[in-house]
Amino acid sequence: MAGGAASGGKAQTDTYKEARTLLLLPSWLVLGFFVLIPVFMMLIYSFLTKEFRGGVIWEFSLAAYDQFFFDRGLFGDDAPSIEWTYINIFWRSIWQAGAATIFALLIGFPTAYFIATRPPNSRQMWVFLVTIPYWVNLLIRTVSMKFLLRDQGPLNDFLMGIGIVDSPIHIINTDFAVQLGLFYSYLPFMVLPIYAAVERYNFSLSEAAADLYASKWQTLRRVLLPAVKPGVIAGCILVFVPSLGSFLAPDLLGGAKNFMIGSLIEEQFKGNAGNWPFGAAASMILLSLVLIVLMLSARQQNKGEGV
Amino acid sequence: MKAIHNASAVALTIALLAPNASAEGKLSLFHWFEYIPQEMLDRFTAESGIEVTMDTYDSNEAMLATLKAGSMGTYDLSFPGDYMVQIMSDEGMLDTIADGELKNKANIMPEWLEVPYDMGRKSSIPYQWGTTSFSVNRDVYTGDISSTDILFDPPAELAGKINMLDSQGEVLALAAMHLGIPQCTTDRDQLKALDAQLQTSKQHWASFNSDTAKEVLVSGDAAAGMIYNGFSAKGRLEGANIEYAYPDQGVIAWMDNAVLLKDAPNRESALKFMDFLLEPKNIAELTNWAQYSAGVIGADEFLTAELRATPENNKPADSGPAVFVEACSQEVQAVYDKIWTNLKK
Repeated sequence: MAGGAASGGKAQTDTYKEARTLLLLPSWLVLGFFVLIPVFMMLIYSFLTKEFRGGVIWEFSLAAYDQFFFDRGLFGDDAPSIEWTYINIFWRSIWQAGAATIFALLIGFPTAYFIATRPPNSRQMWVFLVTIPYWVNLLIRTVSMKFLLRDQGPLNDFLMGIGIVDSPIHIINTDFAVQLGLFYSYLPFMVLPIYAAVERYNFSLSEAAADLYASKWQTLRRVLLPAVKPGVIAGCILVFVPSLGSFLAPDLLGGAKNFMIGSLIEEQFKGNAGNWPFGAAASMILLSLVLIVLMLSARQQNKGEGV
Repeated sequence: MKAIHNASAVALTIALLAPNASAEGKLSLFHWFEYIPQEMLDRFTAESGIEVTMDTYDSNEAMLATLKAGSMGTYDLSFPGDYMVQIMSDEGMLDTIADGELKNKANIMPEWLEVPYDMGRKSSIPYQWGTTSFSVNRDVYTGDISSTDILFDPPAELAGKINMLDSQGEVLALAAMHLGIPQCTTDRDQLKALDAQLQTSKQHWASFNSDTAKEVLVSGDAAAGMIYNGFSAKGRLEGANIEYAYPDQGVIAWMDNAVLLKDAPNRESALKFMDFLLEPKNIAELTNWAQYSAGVIGADEFLTAELRATPENNKPADSGPAVFVEACSQEVQAVYDKIWTNLKK
């Protein structure tokens, strides 16, 4: 998945060529049934008329997209102007997910590098240690995080105990708490692909760079990073995409004061709003954004490999 | 004579077969999470031979959405709150219980028989009821808490330490009571005032959470919070110095009900379970467990002394009225949705 640099070779022979169709059939059926059909249904629902209190009426309507992009006032009869509410909600989610991704990269990259440079027989143990906390349910971990961060929690007790701060730092119910929660939730998704890439990296390249008088920084930037870039990109995508739609961390750690994309969409289906077409439209817009990001990164990667 | 003999033999056979038939009976419940003790279901199965299966949901809206998304005909009973009974009834999702089908119907307290959302109890029976207002941590604030100002225009000690329920219906209903305007008003100035009130009050609120409404008060994360009376009582028993308020503006009344769903696959079993829930002893067992209030005559004597004396369950006579959350018309609901999105944007 992440080893683009090392496994970029083209498949010249396909051992299972004759049976290919048959072997792929189950995957196609599963993907088609559980991914393509639901997404296609969402697409259709987003263009239907909303039924009061949930459900749809089978009449074509652009109302959902209109609601997303145009503000017609509290009573819906003002002249339309640009609706910033939902764009802001999307922007907030992107910013939160982006911050979480950067945190995860800053911590994840050195961690992955450290693991990959251990003797081969101890690497498995380090990988195991990274994944252990993730055997626990995400909800439990998020709630535990809340216990740790609260004003009278262990973190603040510790900081006050060693005298760094006089009064508790207020972390819970802030954006920072959400970013921290997302970072913590998805950190292994950053560490593992980067580890896989760094493990395959030929360290004599770093030595060669040092022999040619490259500084350590130059070696990192010009030699190591380009070689492990596919792993880094895969890690970033794997952290960013689920963070974008997440609603556990925003609800539990951020206090649900502001909608995120995930909670906005949830509200359309489970909340009072009961506006399925709008929820579907918001999902389609989110899906389009994610697809654009993925396509851009795929193009970037292809370019990199084409050299 | 022989004919009579035969007839009675047939009747006997039917009578003998009947318990067997019901032994194979099934009952499918769609219920709130953690809202009925398993022992009660087991006892019902032991007494009636009806096997009970249960799926759970975490909000009225989630239940409605699931049923609308194609689960009608799967379940016999669900347990909607007051306003949701009205909605489900308007949507034609409820079956009518004919007179005499429920032998314990007379056990329903008169004041809960004629409820605005199901006059005469045609499809529903009371399950549990209670009130929703707010509780205040008395270690943090010792002043007067008999006004909704505590939430919407709080004293300095509480500002920024308030948790609200993450529920549009309840927050907007209480805000309307705070402003003294009718629920689901169509008056534009009143709706604007409601929007403005929430915008100003929001700066004093730390979080919106329903599931952890009790936990944030017990842990001290919040010093005041909107909460259901039973939740607040549990928090107090867990050691938090919190007091549940019955403000002058009034409190929100809520009642969860058992409703007979249209196309119920096991209608007979469902009616038996409803009768089971209307037995004072049974509903009292549930009430002792859930810590709310029952709407059944004679249940009181089976309640624990503690529960009967619980301040959260006993509304002072001089406090404001207890009002059900109304289900708004489509036009007003559209504005309510906007106000709610404005609040959380």
